Amino acid sequence: MRKILLESLLRRPLTEPPPALDDAELAQLGSALERATRRGLGRSLAIREVDAGSCNGCELEIHALGNPYYDLERYGIRFVASPRHADVLLVTGPVTCNMREALLRTYHATPDPKWVVAVGDCGVDAGVFAGSRAVVGGVGDVIPVDLRIPGCPPTPLALLRGLLALLARTAEGG
Amino acid sequence: MSRLLALAAETPARGHRPWPRGEVDAAGWTAAGEALAAGSFELLGLWGERDAVHMALREPQADVIAVLTLACPHGEHPSIGRMHPPAIRLERAAQDLHGLRAVGLPDRRPWLDHGRWRRDSVGEAEEASSEAAAGYPFLPVEGESLHQIPVGPVHAGIIEPGHFRFTAQGETVVRLEQRLGYVHKGVEALMVGADAARMVALAGRISGDATVAHALAAARAVEAASAAEVPARGHWLRALMAEIERVANHLGDIGAICNDAAFALMQAHCSALREQALRAAHSAFGHRMMRDCVVVGGVAAEPASGGLDAVRALVALVRARFPALVELYDETASLQDRTVGTGVVGEALVRQFAAGGFVGRASGRGFDARRDSPYPPYDALGVEVPIRAEGDVDARVWIRIREVEASLALLDRLIDELPGGPSRVAVPARGGEGMALVESFRGDVLAWVRLGAGGRVERCHLRDPSWFQWPLLEAAIEGNIVADFPLCNKSFNCSYSGHDL
Ligand code: SF4
Repeated sequence: MRKILLESLLRRPLTEPPPALDDAELAQLGSALERATRRGLGRSLAIREVDAGSCNGCELEIHALGNPYYDLERYGIRFVASPRHADVLLVTGPVTCNMREALLRTYHATPDPKWVVAVGDCGVDAGVFAGSRAVVGGVGDVIPVDLRIPGCPPTPLALLRGLLALLARTAEGG
Repeated sequence: MSRLLALAAETPARGHRPWPRGEVDAAGWTAAGEALAAGSFELLGLWGERDAVHMALREPQADVIAVLTLACPHGEHPSIGRMHPPAIRLERAAQDLHGLRAVGLPDRRPWLDHGRWRRDSVGEAEEASSEAAAGYPFLPVEGESLHQIPVGPVHAGIIEPGHFRFTAQGETVVRLEQRLGYVHKGVEALMVGADAARMVALAGRISGDATVAHALAAARAVEAASAAEVPARGHWLRALMAEIERVANHLGDIGAICNDAAFALMQAHCSALREQALRAAHSAFGHRMMRDCVVVGGVAAEPASGGLDAVRALVALVRARFPALVELYDETASLQDRTVGTGVVGEALVRQFAAGGFVGRASGRGFDARRDSPYPPYDALGVEVPIRAEGDVDARVWIRIREVEASLALLDRLIDELPGGPSRVAVPARGGEGMALVESFRGDVLAWVRLGAGGRVERCHLRDPSWFQWPLLEAAIEGNIVADFPLCNKSFNCSYSGHDL
């Protein structure tokens, strides 16, 4: 193990520079965050991920945000286990009928101020699963959504851009 | 002659490829159930439609695969689950989705149906649901000083939803009961009436981590039904994708399992390698997970220029870095302490459930569709299948390690010997029935389809390997401490979405 640790010390980090923010995403956020309080979040965001019916593809790319290349935690963004500790719900999947209640309960368990990010084509509008009688629809059909990050699944960079935009706005104090 | 072939030959269905399908009567159906219970047949899948139930079977001794069908004009059929428990969840699912009643089924609780599906469109099993809405009775547990721990459906972590009901005595798990179905999206219902292209796109979204394997199984079933021949280069490029998918997932799993044993260093290194695999996939095929890259008739596009070099570079990188990680895994006593002897599944159980993938192979069942029901190009390449006897978390890690190494060797050959010519053929939209068995990173995926005259899907069924692995997780955790559940669960890494459909 020592050899690997030593090598890791000497090698350049794999972590990549942060991506530039997308104007469209920032604009989308603007109106949503006006509703928020002026309390800054101290450049820290706690995220609770909720799979409301995803195929698990979106989860894989959300996971990738933690790998050494994207290293989400360096921005002060971290995933928390309980909705009670969360500022942001990151919701994937078409919301299935069987998950609707669990999503609602998670939403209500999250203290204000809170933001909801709908992830993936399915999170946006149920994607290819639209019309199924086992599916309610996109995330916005069940809880209010502040930011949408489309893609099937969205790449880690797209996710990062969205989250950084969110962070930039919350740090400004809304 | 094999018993299975004899049963399928009673009233053979025409135009079912590549394996035969036969209609049987209730007696034949029951005889197959008895053969399953006796261990002479293996269950590959069981699925329903409005007025029939189908069962895909394998007779290992004779190396025969066939589908048996029983007409159910009154919506009833003799239960297979009453003789052969691995069929129980499948029959519960068929009951929920198609209103079929398995007579004698020991567990008639709804499975996928939680009583919440929308009633505003015409479904096949409207009335089945009221029962499901009444609340789900978990199996009763009696005994001294037992307590229950309900977990989920929303878990603490970035994972899929499902409910686990633990009954524990102190720290020790006495029983785990799973309740799944939360991410049921009605995929098979969406496929009805779709064209083959949409069917394959949906199949690629049944379990996102195995998108190549599921799309491939669906595409191969359509090609079998349409009697289409995919050009050699198409087969090879598909295999190239499938092996990248296998390497990426195994790397992710190995890291995640070690992370659940509180060894984060391994996770950091494995996830970096996994990222490289996804980037190579993106360079070669234009998508990190190769979503929608397998299509009916071949592959969606030729690899981008420089793409194959990116895959070659990936192989070289993993070859250079992986051995040190394997050594690290092998030599870290604190890690071994968690994985060795934890979550043991015995060989008898994996054989009974015909569990595939690392779950089966870590417990002595070596089935791999690439070798044991071969399809191109694996029939020409040959596949080495690692096997272990211990059946614990450690063995499931080792199977993945050996499979990464085997896939690297396959990737070398797939690139070096890649044939020229077209990589896709136009498949005529015509009727027929087809089935396919494809090895995903998780185990064998079964796809079955019946196309109507214009090539529209009349019924399609996809059986994820998780169906026969989930129940074994219940067995694996028994007698372990509650705190080891995440570790056991990760070592299985069953798909919720693939199972729930
Ligand atoms: S957007 Fe794509 S990856 Fe995400 S859940 Fe939907 S199908 Fe899966």
